[in-house]
Amino acid sequence: MLSRVAENIYWMARYIERAENTARLITVTTNLILDLPKSANVGWEPIIEIMGSEKLFHEHYTEIDERNILRFMIADQNNPGSIVSSLQMARENARTIRDIIPRETWERINDLFLAAKSNTQSGIARKNRHSYLQNIILGAQTITGQLAGTMYHDIGYDFLRMGRNLERADMTTRIIDVRSADLLEEEHEGLTPYENIQWMSVLKSLTGYQMYRRIIQVRVRRADVLKFLLQEKKFPRAFYHATCEVESCLNNLPRNTECKRQINALQKTVLSVNPEKLKQDDLHKFIDKLQLGLMTVHNIIADTYFLRQ
Amino acid sequence: MAIRWGSYKVKGIYDELIRAAGKPREAAKPLCDYLRALKDREIEEYKAAAELAIHVMGITFTVYTEEEGSIDRAWPFDIIPRIIPKSEWDQIERGLKQRVQALNLFIDDLYHDQKIIKDKVFPGELLKDSVNFRPQCVGVSPPDNIWAHICGSDLVRDDKGTVYVLEDNLRVPSGVSYMLENRMVMKRVFPDLFEDYSILPVDDYPSQLYDMLASLSPREIAQPEVVVLSPGIYNSAYFEHSYLAQQMGAELVEGRDLYVDEKDVVYMRTVEGLSRVDVIYRRIDDLFLDPEVFHPDSVLGVPGLLRAWKAGNVALANAPGAGVADDKVVYAFVPEIIKYYLDQDPMIPNVPTYKCINKDERDYVIENIDKLVVKPANESGGYGMLIGPQASNKERDKFKRLVKKDARNYIAQPMLTLSTAPTLVGNRVEPRHLDLRPFILSGKDATNVTMGGLTRVALRKGSTVVNSSQGGGSKDTWIVDMADH
Repeated sequence: MLSRVAENIYWMARYIERAENTARLITVTTNLILDLPKSANVGWEPIIEIMGSEKLFHEHYTEIDERNILRFMIADQNNPGSIVSSLQMARENARTIRDIIPRETWERINDLFLAAKSNTQSGIARKNRHSYLQNIILGAQTITGQLAGTMYHDIGYDFLRMGRNLERADMTTRIIDVRSADLLEEEHEGLTPYENIQWMSVLKSLTGYQMYRRIIQVRVRRADVLKFLLQEKKFPRAFYHATCEVESCLNNLPRNTECKRQINALQKTVLSVNPEKLKQDDLHKFIDKLQLGLMTVHNIIADTYFLRQ
Repeated sequence: MAIRWGSYKVKGIYDELIRAAGKPREAAKPLCDYLRALKDREIEEYKAAAELAIHVMGITFTVYTEEEGSIDRAWPFDIIPRIIPKSEWDQIERGLKQRVQALNLFIDDLYHDQKIIKDKVFPGELLKDSVNFRPQCVGVSPPDNIWAHICGSDLVRDDKGTVYVLEDNLRVPSGVSYMLENRMVMKRVFPDLFEDYSILPVDDYPSQLYDMLASLSPREIAQPEVVVLSPGIYNSAYFEHSYLAQQMGAELVEGRDLYVDEKDVVYMRTVEGLSRVDVIYRRIDDLFLDPEVFHPDSVLGVPGLLRAWKAGNVALANAPGAGVADDKVVYAFVPEIIKYYLDQDPMIPNVPTYKCINKDERDYVIENIDKLVVKPANESGGYGMLIGPQASNKERDKFKRLVKKDARNYIAQPMLTLSTAPTLVGNRVEPRHLDLRPFILSGKDATNVTMGGLTRVALRKGSTVVNSSQGGGSKDTWIVDMADH
C-alpha cells in the first residue's frame, strides 16, 4: 500500500473521531454546567485549555463566553479542531482514497460535513444543541460502522483503526481532564454531593455509564471511574483498550518493531498508576504524560509508514 | 407518442441515424422503431434511470462539491446512442492503425536520423519552432520504437458523409473512461435493445491497456509493477485516472509517491518501504514530468524520472516528446508522412488543410479567408482561431496580416458541416452536431482500436463545440454487426 494512501486513511479516521469526540466534550460540559450550582462557578474556559487552543481563541475573540466558545469549537474554520474543520479535513482525506473506502461511506462523510456546516447555529444555541451534537456523534458512528462492515480489511483498515484509536485515547484523556480542572477539587466543601453527578456525566459523555454499572457494580466513584476509563481492557473508549487496538493493528504491519516498543511502553505507563492515589494535580500531570506518549506513538508511525517530506 | 421521425430535420446535413425525413438508416431502424413507440412518461423514466445509474456508478459527484465549482463536474449524457455499422467501422479501424503506425515511425525518425527532413518531405524549420519537440529526447529508443502508445484521434463527418481525422492527440488523451461508463449506463437502462442488436463490446479496453503497458516493462517478470501517474484530485481528468487504475488493478500514484535513486531506478513509497516501478502510465504533461529536466518548479513530477527512462529502467507511456506529432502544422503533413513511411495512401483523409508555409496555399488562404477556418499551430481549445464566414472584415484583415507574418504558425481548413444525430431535448428529438474520439493502443505485440470510441455531442442548438467545458455532452457509440441481423 502506498504511504500516501495509508496516511490519508489514518487521518480520515482521526478527523472523524475528533469531530465525534469534540461533540462529546461539548455535551459533557453543557450537562455539567446545567447540573452544578451557580456557586461552583464552572465556566466554559477550561474546554479551550483542554484542547490547547487558548492562544488561537484569543486571536479571534475578545469575550470568553458560551456563545463565542461554542462558535469556536463547532463552526469556526480558523480553528483546525472545530467540528466543521475536522469534518472538512476528513472529507479532503477521503476524497483522495475514494477507491479504497466504500462509496456509501464517502457519501456519508459528505452528508455529515454538509449537515454540520449548514446547521451550526443550532449547535451554538442551547435549544437544539443536544440534537445537533447527537447527529454528529451518530453520523461518525455510522461511518465507523459502515467501514467495519464493508471496507476490505487489509492493512488499509489497520491504518484506519490506528488513527481512530489514537484519536479516541487522546480525547478520552481530554474529557477526563475536564474534571481535573482545578476549580473542581475533590475536597471542595459543598460540592461533595455533586461529585457523583460529575463523574456520571463523564461516563455518559463517553457512553460508558451503562457499561460501568455492569462491570464495576458499585456507586460511581472518582477512582473507579478513572480506573474504568484509563485501564479497562474491554471498554472501547478506555485508554488501555485503545492502545491494545493499536497494538493489534501493528501486529499486521511490516517493520513494526519500534512502533510496538513505543505502544507497549505506553500501555505499561497507563497500567502502572493507582487511580485511588491520584490527586487532582497528579491526575493532570499523569494525563499530560499519556498525551505525550500518544504523540510519540503517532510520530513513530508517521516516520515508519508515511511520506516523509 | 413523443418522438416523430417525420418532423426530424436532416436537410443539408448528414445525420448519423436518419437518412431522410421519416427514414432511418438501416442500422438505426430497430432503435428508431423502439424510440417511436415510447410514451412521454417512458422517456422520462429512461432519462431518470440513466441519471440514477450515472449517480450510482459515481460518474458524477456534482451534488457534493457545489461550493468547490470545477471539481467533479457532471458531464451530460444523452440516452440515444450513435450507431455505426461494423462494415464501415472496419475500414475506419484499419485507417486509424495505419495512421498511428506512421506517426510512431515519424516521431522515432525525428528523434534519430530525421530522414524525412533530409529527404525534404517534411520541412526542418517546422521542427525548430515546435513547442512539443523535446531536444532532451533526441537519441532515446523506447521499446520497439513506439512513442505514442495511447492515441486519441478525433473523427468528424461532413455533409456528404465522408469521415475525416480532425486531429490526433498524442500527449495525454482523455475520455476513454466515459466511453466505458456510457456503455454500462446503457446496458442498465436499455437491456432489451441489447437483445435486438449485436453491439460489439467495448469493455476489454482496460485489460488491453494493462497488457500493452505490461508489455513495455524493462524487467522480464511475471507481474511487472504498472502505475498510473496523476497530477492529483484537482485535475479535471482525475476521475478517469482513478477509474483506469482501478479497472487495471494498478496503483494510482502522484509525483510525491515516486522516488528515483542514484542508480536511476524508480520506486514508489509504500508502507512496506520502497517498491520498484516498471511502467508508468503518466497523465501529466511532459513539461511537468521531471523538474530536473523541464519546469524546475514542478511539484507534480518526479525528479530524475527522465534519467530513469533514458537508462531504460522504467517505461513511460506515452513517451516524453511524443506530442511533437500533434502540432496542427504537422497534422497537415500526415498524408505525406503516411506515404513516406508506409508507401500507402491514407485510408482516412485529413480535413483538407492549407499549409500557409507554402506560398501557393498561403495565397489561396488570403484570397479566400472569408470561406475558411484559420487555426494557429500550437493553441488548443479553439483559442486564437478565425472562423472566416462569421468574422468581421477587421478580423479577417488581422488574420491576413498574421498569416503573412508568421506563415509557419498557421493552417486553414474549409468550414465543415459536421454530421448530427438525434438527441433528446426535453421529450423530443432534435439534431445535434457530434464527433467521435476512438482510442488506439500500440504495444509490442499488438495494435488495438476501441470498438467505436467516445461520441461527444454539442448540446447547444447549432453549436459544433463538443468540449465538456463548453456545453458538450456524450453518447454511447454502438458498432453493430448487421451480418448477424
